[in-house]
Amino acid sequence: MELLDILTNANFWAAAVRIATPLIFGVLGALICERAGVLNLGIEGIFTAGAMAGWMAVWLGASLWGGVLAAALTGAAFGLIHATLTVPMGLSQHVSGLGVTMLATSAAYFAYRTALPDVSSPPRITPFQPMDVPLLSDIPLLGPALFQQTALTWLAFAMTALVWWALARTPLGVALRAAGDNPDAVDAQGLSVYGLRMGAVTAGSALMGVGGAFLTMSAFDAFFFGMVNGRGWICIALVIFASWRPGKALLGALLFGAFDAFQVRLQTAYGGQVPGQLFLMAPYLLSILALVLAARRAEYPRALLVPWFKGQR
Amino acid sequence: MPPTDAPHVLRLRGLTKRFGPVLANDSIDLDLRRGEILALLGENGAGKTTLMNMLFGHYLPDSGAIEVADGADGALRALPLGRPQAALRAGVGMVHQHFTLALNLSALDNILLGAEPLFALRRRTGAARRKIDAIMARTGLNVDLDAPVGRLTVGERQRVEILKALYRDARILVLDEPTAVLTPQEADGLFQTLGAMAREGLSVIFISHKLREVLAFSHRIAVLRHGRKVGEMRTDEADLPAIARMMVGQDVESPPRPPMTPGEPVLELREVTLAGAGGRAGLRGASLRVHAREIVGVAGVSGNGQAALAALVSGLAAPEKGELLLRGAAPARFDPAAMIAAGVGRIPEDRHHDGVVGSMTLAENLIIERLDDPAVSRAGFLRRGRIRAEAERACAAYDVRGQGPDGAARLLSGGNMQKLILARVFERAPDLILANQPTRGLDLGAANEVARRLLEARARGAGVLLISEDLDEILALSDRVVVMHEGRLTEAPARDRAQIGLMMAGRGAEEAA
Ligand SMILES: Nc1ncnc2c1ncn2[C@@H]1O[C@H](COP(=O)(O)OP(=O)(O)OP(=O)(O)O)[C@@H](O)[C@H]1O
Ligand SMILES: [Mg+2]
Repeated sequence: MELLDILTNANFWAAAVRIATPLIFGVLGALICERAGVLNLGIEGIFTAGAMAGWMAVWLGASLWGGVLAAALTGAAFGLIHATLTVPMGLSQHVSGLGVTMLATSAAYFAYRTALPDVSSPPRITPFQPMDVPLLSDIPLLGPALFQQTALTWLAFAMTALVWWALARTPLGVALRAAGDNPDAVDAQGLSVYGLRMGAVTAGSALMGVGGAFLTMSAFDAFFFGMVNGRGWICIALVIFASWRPGKALLGALLFGAFDAFQVRLQTAYGGQVPGQLFLMAPYLLSILALVLAARRAEYPRALLVPWFKGQR
Repeated sequence: MPPTDAPHVLRLRGLTKRFGPVLANDSIDLDLRRGEILALLGENGAGKTTLMNMLFGHYLPDSGAIEVADGADGALRALPLGRPQAALRAGVGMVHQHFTLALNLSALDNILLGAEPLFALRRRTGAARRKIDAIMARTGLNVDLDAPVGRLTVGERQRVEILKALYRDARILVLDEPTAVLTPQEADGLFQTLGAMAREGLSVIFISHKLREVLAFSHRIAVLRHGRKVGEMRTDEADLPAIARMMVGQDVESPPRPPMTPGEPVLELREVTLAGAGGRAGLRGASLRVHAREIVGVAGVSGNGQAALAALVSGLAAPEKGELLLRGAAPARFDPAAMIAAGVGRIPEDRHHDGVVGSMTLAENLIIERLDDPAVSRAGFLRRGRIRAEAERACAAYDVRGQGPDGAARLLSGGNMQKLILARVFERAPDLILANQPTRGLDLGAANEVARRLLEARARGAGVLLISEDLDEILALSDRVVVMHEGRLTEAPARDRAQIGLMMAGRGAEEAA
């Protein structure tokens, strides 16, 4: 009855939420970009750069929140590059996005190596500590899962609500969704398509940067090469799974986190009998399955990937 | 008729716009008075949309000036160019040829988009709703404000577009081919509303290819040709031939329809039942016969099963009940390839979407229905030289004007795109031609050209099934008229406008007589 043991184990749920946290930031960020009509494949690199920048800021003496800010600004900067290339210049969003991923990743590694030319073991910082909310954290299962997390996880939940509110209930959110559905409508009402799209990509990329920072400032306490390890791509898939809705994005990230945490535990339980790679594969396989099921009904922002130029048809 | 001494509200002077080699607008002057309805006419590509897009700030003119009476004092002031925001503020509203609505937003959101301050923590829609409700009550332009626009019908979407302009207190309303997508009833309703609003002081410019509605509803007519304004006249002094002459530059005659003896049936439907796609009306026991050397017109308000009928005859759907016979034999399969092989030629309703592949060249578009024809390909390779030579010839024969056989089809104007499709269909000498709204959005000259080709095909021995919302077109071309209502087809006993109109509304033939 290993399976049941895992599912009733508080550690498992806590791990699921922990794994989900950077994905929540990432998927929210990608969702904002895409709602405005711009695919941001720079996410994988922006994660790396955010992870690096947050950690580096703290290592250089900034406060933890100072590090988060540094990560957000770094993400925003790379987002601005992507936005400039794809929005006013109208270049291929795929090419520009992959370019930004390569650029941001290399820039992060370069900065790390330049700052620390000859260390063998990466220097550590004191990361965010889990906040033990009294009473609430004693609730079985839910308590440890939700109330023994770091402040960044809470920030991720808060951001979900905030992004939902902004998109659904504010004039800016309505305009942003219109920009991703029919930019001509936005232009015809006297708003700036360029402004909205660039703003969305920059803001979304800032969120991605914070997602990266979670890795070095909460999940771990140092920066490693290759530590992002495809999380960005997962987010891109999760946006579709979420049908571009923040609430479902949160759900999707948590689901993936649960799959991943489950997989690790299965591996320890059954590792002897089954090749480990099978377990590693499982969360991705399940994500693909969930995607296939969810994406059939997905309604794309109609202007996603389509560049728009003023005064052309 | 508004007093001709009403104050001016708009003055365009010397507006010029060039797109690469094309001089789309050449120094155009235009005036508009308060409460006036001006119809802007011209052939496809004459530059009507371009002119209006400059007025609204979508395009920046190369030269020229625009003055609008933007305040209470009624004085004309220069409008900052190239900025929709400025035009909206000055009271200019525009309903575009291709709607500018975000389909994922509600009607209310579309109307308020850009009208409320962008940076606010939440939206205050109460006052806005009241204002829109008042406008709807005054004008009769009713829509469900909370429905996503994607779920509204075309007519409702257009109402949202007009509400958008009125909500911004438009005093000048521009409508670019507002009736191209409306049923005749909806179009009449729209013009009633516009007329009432004009009497209250709204000034209207509308673009249309339908001269009947221009004559019925406008006060003044301005005509563009090849980017220049070639004339203006008062509507009460204008008549159809005069307008047509001014638009085309020469007399326009609709092609004659000599009587003919119909031959064998080429298409027969026997009690066909078929569900409509996507919740639209299907066919319910529809029977029909089209003979060789005969044009059969299908009249009816769109949405009564025309789409299903077209899908059936083009092989996109199979009958659920009943039979379809081509020259007396059932087709091998119900798919487009089999239907084409059985001698069906199709002029689809949406030429941009289903008619051509926009990114492919004219030559490629011409052969796309017969890739395995030995004249086109041998051993799996296209015979490029031959294809090109044939395309040259077809483009010349059908007068397709554009950048030649190697230009992309998407760059063609609507009329030329339709001629390209005609070339592809008629070159195969089909037995049956399905012509679905073949002249929608086409100017007079291009529409006549389509009519002439259809009559030519009939003389050659083809049967034509003509589906159209335009009753004038049906009456002008058809030997017989059948009326489509709720998935059934009824033969009209006579070619009588009023009677057919009643049958379109669902009365039986005897009742309507
Ligand atoms: N944004 C653009 N880029 C390039 N060429 C354009 C653009 N807009 C219009 N044109 C060209 O300018 C000319 C005038 O086009 P316009 O759309 O104003 O014609 P129109 O009178 O509205 O025709 P229709 O009746 O078919 O709508 C055409 O030759 C068209 O191809
Ligand atoms: Mg036009």
